[in-house]
Amino acid sequence: MNTSFRTLARALAWAFTRALPRMLTILVLLAGSWPAHAALKVLATTPEWASLARELGGEKVDVYAATTAFQDPHRVEAKPSLIARARNAGLVVATGAQLEVGWLPILLQESGNARVQPGQPGYFEATQQVRLLEVPTSVDRSMGDVHPLGNPHIHLDPHYIATVAVALSSRLAQVDSGNADYYAQRGTGFQARWREAMQRWDAQAAALKGVSVVVMHRDERYLSHWTGMRELASIEPKPGIPPSAGYLASLVKQLGDSPPKMILRNAYNDPKAASWLSERIGAPVVLLPYTVGGTPEARDLFGLFDDTLARLQAGAK
Amino acid sequence: MSSRVCVAAALLLTLVVPAAAQADEIESLRTEIESLKADYAARLQALEARIDELEVQNRTAPGAESMGAASASVARNALTAFNPAMSVILGGHYANVSQDPESYAISGFIPSGGEIGPGERSFNLGESELTLSASIDPYFAGAFTAAVTPENEIEIEEAFFRTSALPAGFTVKGGRFFSALGYLNEMHAHAWDFTDQPLAYQAFFGGQLAQDGVQVKWIAPTDLYLEVGAESGNGQEFPGTRRAANGLNGAALFTHVGDDIGDSISWRAGVSYLDLHAAERTWEDFDDAGSPVLNAFTGTSRTWVGDFVLKWAPQGNSTQRHLELQGEYLRREEEGDLAFDLEGLALSDSFRSRQSGWYLQSVYQFRPRWRAGVRYDALDSGDVRIGLIDDASLPPEAFPALLEASPTRTTVMLDWNPSEFSRLRAQYAWDDARDARGDGNADRQFQLQYLYSLGAHGAHKY
Repeated sequence: MNTSFRTLARALAWAFTRALPRMLTILVLLAGSWPAHAALKVLATTPEWASLARELGGEKVDVYAATTAFQDPHRVEAKPSLIARARNAGLVVATGAQLEVGWLPILLQESGNARVQPGQPGYFEATQQVRLLEVPTSVDRSMGDVHPLGNPHIHLDPHYIATVAVALSSRLAQVDSGNADYYAQRGTGFQARWREAMQRWDAQAAALKGVSVVVMHRDERYLSHWTGMRELASIEPKPGIPPSAGYLASLVKQLGDSPPKMILRNAYNDPKAASWLSERIGAPVVLLPYTVGGTPEARDLFGLFDDTLARLQAGAK
Repeated sequence: MSSRVCVAAALLLTLVVPAAAQADEIESLRTEIESLKADYAARLQALEARIDELEVQNRTAPGAESMGAASASVARNALTAFNPAMSVILGGHYANVSQDPESYAISGFIPSGGEIGPGERSFNLGESELTLSASIDPYFAGAFTAAVTPENEIEIEEAFFRTSALPAGFTVKGGRFFSALGYLNEMHAHAWDFTDQPLAYQAFFGGQLAQDGVQVKWIAPTDLYLEVGAESGNGQEFPGTRRAANGLNGAALFTHVGDDIGDSISWRAGVSYLDLHAAERTWEDFDDAGSPVLNAFTGTSRTWVGDFVLKWAPQGNSTQRHLELQGEYLRREEEGDLAFDLEGLALSDSFRSRQSGWYLQSVYQFRPRWRAGVRYDALDSGDVRIGLIDDASLPPEAFPALLEASPTRTTVMLDWNPSEFSRLRAQYAWDDARDARGDGNADRQFQLQYLYSLGAHGAHKY
């Protein structure tokens, strides 16, 4: 046992002192002579930005989404697979406004990738391109896990997407300047298709004006703002604080007499609280994709809005 | 007063005037109200349209897609705009232990002199931790963590700079930092899943190994996570000692790989190696007659650490439920001279030990806010050859701390997390570390702990 351990120890010591440095040298040389990448590697923190990057980058980009529609973007870990993706990324597309504050800073720091550090062209924040709603005048954690820079969930208003797309197009052209013309062309094409779709969505959204809803978190703020739906209450008493039985009971009392038209739940939310409330106040729960991939229909950004509006219209009837 | 009288009079009058005249008047009032309503509806529509128009204009941030777009959110006071991110951890616990904490020892192992055992009885203030961190310039970032001990002493836990602009996946860190070997070593106390470190960490590193030196780390340009790193410094922390020389004392090498298995599982595993030199690393013991003596080890100390961690959450969404499984195996070989009773007999001869320890733990969040965990610790004092005993200069009882032992400990814990920034924890442990020869007198340790985090939202390592 001991001799075998000693042999193993010696082998490992050899691996560390002799073989590893050699392998390292080879790997470094290899990394240097890596074939000029066919595609720009983009790491997007959430599925909506991954989808936007695919729309704008086409075949010139290789996009990886750090999260799926079934994960809460507030609660993600800087796990090894993500560090590896950040290491190789030429561009990181984040939401910003502290949505990813619990994991993205450590991910970028651990990545050892100088190109995607904040302040570099390889780091893009969508919320930097638009004016945020709900910017608090003062913040204190007694209000829950508030976002001091404003509500970061901007992607459920297609007009915001259009603005972010303009900025992301020019960022792609800056980071991967060899393909600047391609990105410019692709960006123009996307804007035209998006404008056309927005006309349709704006018309559908108009029908939702004044419809009363109850939400889970403040995730739907921009959707309500765009459509004119009225948020009567949110199931989370404060951002990031799960509802207690007492709080839910007070919601029943508050909403019992004039129930909302529907209760909105995102694909990543736990269904329990919403369906509990639904049974008590008699308003239906409407499941929304929230982001790309949240429902089978929300395959891309176009599908996301088509499906969200279809589900809302069905719920508002 | 008079107006009320008038109104009352008017009302009375309306009651007595003929019904026909009344109907006429109501009709004209109705049309008037309808026209007013229509007018207001038109005006409201115009206002709403104007609001919508302004809102569209509002969506775009001023100067978007220029680096200064965040200007609106930068602190107004230019002097404080560059303040580092600051966070403070408040911690403490109540302890109820069945045996005197003063006599705590891990039998079979040379005392590490670090933070071992359950600490003192009753209420205890934990270490209050202050962290400041910020980018220094485009090339470096820095972090500083000081712990104020309940004895009112300030300890610098970490104070390091880190590069942020090196090419090819390299990062260099310098200063004082927790060594990247193993899994748990780099974590600050407030991020532990139990109130204390595994026995193996307590016995082999005195709780946690910090380096005063330099670390170089490289991440491979592959989709599979592969990290390789090396550290070296003055090696003053147990099991090393500070050398009276200009050179470095030993080195630590580490490598980790990790990936996902589907959406729900992520993992990381690694191997690390620590090679340090100890010169007159002293510890206090009692000789076979029971009188205190000071002994010392001089020689090389080599430690291997194998570590793995696996995390599961349904569809990767850890909000409702998640499970963590984690374990590490440590093995140390020490070879050199052992001096007995430095201040008296001052005998010295050869020493060689091969010792090991491991732990396995699992923490499960079974509903939002609630987590339960269990941990099992085991140590093996292994094979210890002491020249002074082999040549019969001294009896084995002359080194009571090194008598053969295999300490174990079982720990269970339950914690409640009202938010991401607060945690209350209850922990119970059956610990036979000091009494590992099967006398059946395990120390029963109960602790109630609080941990609060103030200030900047800390980003935790995986």
